[in-house]
Amino acid sequence: MAQTTDISFKPETFELIQKITKRYPEGKHKSALIPVLHIAQAEFGGWLSPQTMDLVAEVLRLKPIEVYEVASFYSMFNLQPVGKCLIEVCRTSSCWLCGAEDIIDHLEHKLNIKVGETTSDGMFTLKAVECLGSCGTAPMMQVGADYHENLSIEKVDNLVDGFKQENKQSRYC
Amino acid sequence: MSRKLLLKNDHVPGIATLKTYKENGGYTTMEKALKTMSPDALLEEVKTSGLRGRGGAGFPTGMKWSFLAKPEGVPRYLVVNADESEPGTFKDRYLMERIPHLLIEGMVISSFTLGANSAYIYIRGEYFYVSRILEQAIDEAYAAGLLGKNILGTGYDLDIYVQVGAGAYICGEETALLESLEGKRGNPRIKPPFPAIAGLYGCPTVVNNVETIAALVPIIELGGAEYAKIGIGRSTGTKLISASGHINKPGVYEIELGLPVEEFIYSEEYCGGIKGGRKMKAVVAGGSSVPILPTELILKTAAGEPRLMSYESLGEGGFVSGTMLGSGGFIVMDEDTSIVKNLYTFSRFYHHESCGQCSPCREGTGWMEKILHKILEGKGTLKDIDLLWDIQSKIEGKTICPLGEAAAWPVAAAIRHFRPEFEAYVTNPESIKDVKHYYRLNPTV
Amino acid sequence: MVKLTIDDIPVEVPKGTTILQAARLIGGDVTPPAMCYYSKLKTSGGYCRTCIVKVEQGSEKDPRPIPKPVASCRTEVAEGMVVRNITSPENLEARAGVVELLLVNHPLDCPVCDQAGECHLQDLAYENGKEETRFEFERREFDPIDIGDKIKLHMNRCIMCFRCVKVADQITDGRCHGVINRGDAAEISTYIEKAIDNDFSGNVIDVCPVGALTDRTFRFKSRVWYTKPVDAHRDCDKCCGKVRLWNQGEEVLRVTARKDQWGEVMDNEDGSTAWICNECRFDKKHINDWTVEGPSEINRHSVISANHYDTLRNIKLDTLRMLGGKPHGEKVDLGIGALDPNNQHKQ
Ligand SMILES: Cc1cc2nc3c(=O)[nH]c(=O)nc-3n(C[C@H](O)[C@H](O)[C@H](O)COP(=O)(O)O)c2cc1C
Ligand code: SF4
Ligand code: SF4
Ligand code: FES
Ligand code: FES
Repeated sequence: MAQTTDISFKPETFELIQKITKRYPEGKHKSALIPVLHIAQAEFGGWLSPQTMDLVAEVLRLKPIEVYEVASFYSMFNLQPVGKCLIEVCRTSSCWLCGAEDIIDHLEHKLNIKVGETTSDGMFTLKAVECLGSCGTAPMMQVGADYHENLSIEKVDNLVDGFKQENKQSRYC
Repeated sequence: MSRKLLLKNDHVPGIATLKTYKENGGYTTMEKALKTMSPDALLEEVKTSGLRGRGGAGFPTGMKWSFLAKPEGVPRYLVVNADESEPGTFKDRYLMERIPHLLIEGMVISSFTLGANSAYIYIRGEYFYVSRILEQAIDEAYAAGLLGKNILGTGYDLDIYVQVGAGAYICGEETALLESLEGKRGNPRIKPPFPAIAGLYGCPTVVNNVETIAALVPIIELGGAEYAKIGIGRSTGTKLISASGHINKPGVYEIELGLPVEEFIYSEEYCGGIKGGRKMKAVVAGGSSVPILPTELILKTAAGEPRLMSYESLGEGGFVSGTMLGSGGFIVMDEDTSIVKNLYTFSRFYHHESCGQCSPCREGTGWMEKILHKILEGKGTLKDIDLLWDIQSKIEGKTICPLGEAAAWPVAAAIRHFRPEFEAYVTNPESIKDVKHYYRLNPTV
Repeated sequence: MVKLTIDDIPVEVPKGTTILQAARLIGGDVTPPAMCYYSKLKTSGGYCRTCIVKVEQGSEKDPRPIPKPVASCRTEVAEGMVVRNITSPENLEARAGVVELLLVNHPLDCPVCDQAGECHLQDLAYENGKEETRFEFERREFDPIDIGDKIKLHMNRCIMCFRCVKVADQITDGRCHGVINRGDAAEISTYIEKAIDNDFSGNVIDVCPVGALTDRTFRFKSRVWYTKPVDAHRDCDKCCGKVRLWNQGEEVLRVTARKDQWGEVMDNEDGSTAWICNECRFDKKHINDWTVEGPSEINRHSVISANHYDTLRNIKLDTLRMLGGKPHGEKVDLGIGALDPNNQHKQ
């Protein structure tokens, strides 16, 4: 297909996108936007650059502004580059009651960054997020699609050291 | 032992697979429904069962379904609300992860009753791994002829799709969910029209919570009348409760509605009492939106009756001394908990999640968060407490969707029941030194 | 036809009419203020909540009251409905609350705002505002940006009425601005720098109730109350060509669509809306481009209709006093200097 942007999806991704658009009735392909943005984010470095969003707009035959509007509404879409491994720690009530702030403090120390920042080597970004539906196994954090629950300082240490070792790329999908 | 209807097999190894699910009686109710019952008869059973929506509002499901418009030649949709983002709530995740086929079976029965041939599960984006489990189960069901064209040879067709969200609590509000499913920003729609008339793609649509739809299986299995015998009064059946906070055994419990709150908190079968043998200070009984209650009022009503886990009993006393069953997100706080800080986490949440469409919620939620932050920093004044009260009252009832109320109620309730603690924060910080302003791991030390 | 009462005044309207439209038929004080609703734009309204009213009786058939205030712009009338606006102190209180919240993040830079004098928010604050603002935190700040060479966006002043987005969707053929982010971080934006480039894009300026979208070809030339509006027309192959010129002497300072008493673009004879094209708006700035029909009749009860600046100054002083005296702690020169035509700013 003709493309005005100079990036493109891998052929197999493109096929997957075509398949997704078939889930919706004729003419309702805009419904595919959120799933496709997830796929695009995973394929193009964990964030959505304007260029990536323009590509999505083109593939789904939408106006670019429609894509920007949607992408910027949802908290799982990163409109700025993030580290390779995005660590999201829940900070809401139940997790807070069970020590989430200790986990966040510890991660800030360990990674030597503040919440919202990325390590200088581009490996980790730390985020504090809202309730992830894991309140009974608090405190918890999400890394890509994985839930890590009932956290303790030791558990966090082991996890983060492991991520470093395997050079983990977090992705939701 | 209370009766289990939804989670009776949740610990059977392999129950997430079709094979094991079927070995445990799975899909027989669906077969009975499709082969021996008419949609009208099924709807009657749902009405008789007294089932009320398990997503939070508790609206009678049978009544909601009977509002569904049925114009000729226009498709109807069933949309399952698996957005589950109300802080303190994690039961839908448990159910979908453990027994995905129960939801699918419930969806087939519901869709057949409603005359829908396409159904969507809208699941919050963070539950990505759960969406995979659901997709796997759906694939299995297709392969076994339980979904797709001509299900079990009955001539009934149904397709089920899983749609993931991308991080937005507001998409749990049913019209925001539909907007999101249409690929738009999750802005709640202005009602009317209600989804039953114009929902997904402008077509008649029913949106129900995961647990509500799963409950269809036991309702049709037992019959509506039999189901209605379980529970208490107008709170029929069983309910999944997500228990968290300072309790010994957090987790998802299926209770028979009407269980005394005290038993739920202290018995070994459920929460197992407060961590470290400490005293309880307060409970948020139905997810972050519902009013917090101090120990005296959660265990007993203002009239001194034991409080029960039911829509009516938890609601007794209105907002003066009662609360709501809500989504069943049961958050317990021990004696050392700072109610002010807990409220701050809620207010920060609502501020973060406001869609920004209407002015009272967009501007008010942020303002409340800022004032609470100021109070926590020790810079608050008595006037700030009144101001908080005033702002919440200006939001409540004036917004497009109930997120406005969800943000206002927790503030009102915390001030109503714990005003002295707020005052101590601003006038005498010394006196609240023992309160855990920042809650640490291992609260026993 | 449906009969109802608004503040005890009976009115009869066709089925499907909204309470707000019914109130507009009565006119005067019983008409609720509307900051986001715009009768010429589909799906507008419902957002700002300033138009709320109390429905004391839902209808003849179901006389129960509606428990919450309703947005009059989005609520249809019913036979026997009893609506209270200014005769309900509770409703006025609720509206004052909404207005206070609407102003929480507003910069209150009226003295330097182009829209001053024809700003609906200024009117609203004046009529419904509280004594003072109680918001003591930093306000949201955005830098003003140029959306192309004709339109300026002062996001600080935006009240998120979404009218401009609906204009772009409904009367232009390619929307490229919209709402990005959410909650109180939401903003009107093109996201990446883009000019809104379309024959009818200039209409976003006319629908903006505040000074968030303004005409760059007009800015800073003159305060609106020094201009004299006249109605004029020209043969235009793109639009109806019926406009309002804002002149100073013989000089055309600004061209806008003609607006009615509700601040909405008027209708043409055939019932269509008299939107104007960018050529008429931005490029025809010579009096000889136009056939002047005569002075415009401006019957909106806003400060421009008073048409002299004592009133304006007083209102402005009152408004600011009501809003807390000083716009977020800054010293603002409210003296004659700010209102002096020879002292019109510098950006
Ligand atoms: C802000 C907000 C968030 C909501 N979140 C959820 C949710 O996550 N899950 C849910 O089932 N219902 C949620 N609801 C309720 C839904 O709007 C809707 O009432 C529900 O899905 C209906 O299903 P039910 O009748 O089976 O409970 C939410 C409502 C609001 C106002
Ligand atoms: S109440 Fe809040 S979340 Fe609901 S529509 Fe208004 S701004 Fe959006
Ligand atoms: S820029 Fe003006 S018209 Fe557009 S949303 Fe903001 S206030 Fe409304
Ligand atoms: S509060 Fe952290 S997962 Fe719910
Ligand atoms: S004018 Fe009715 S809500 Fe804004």
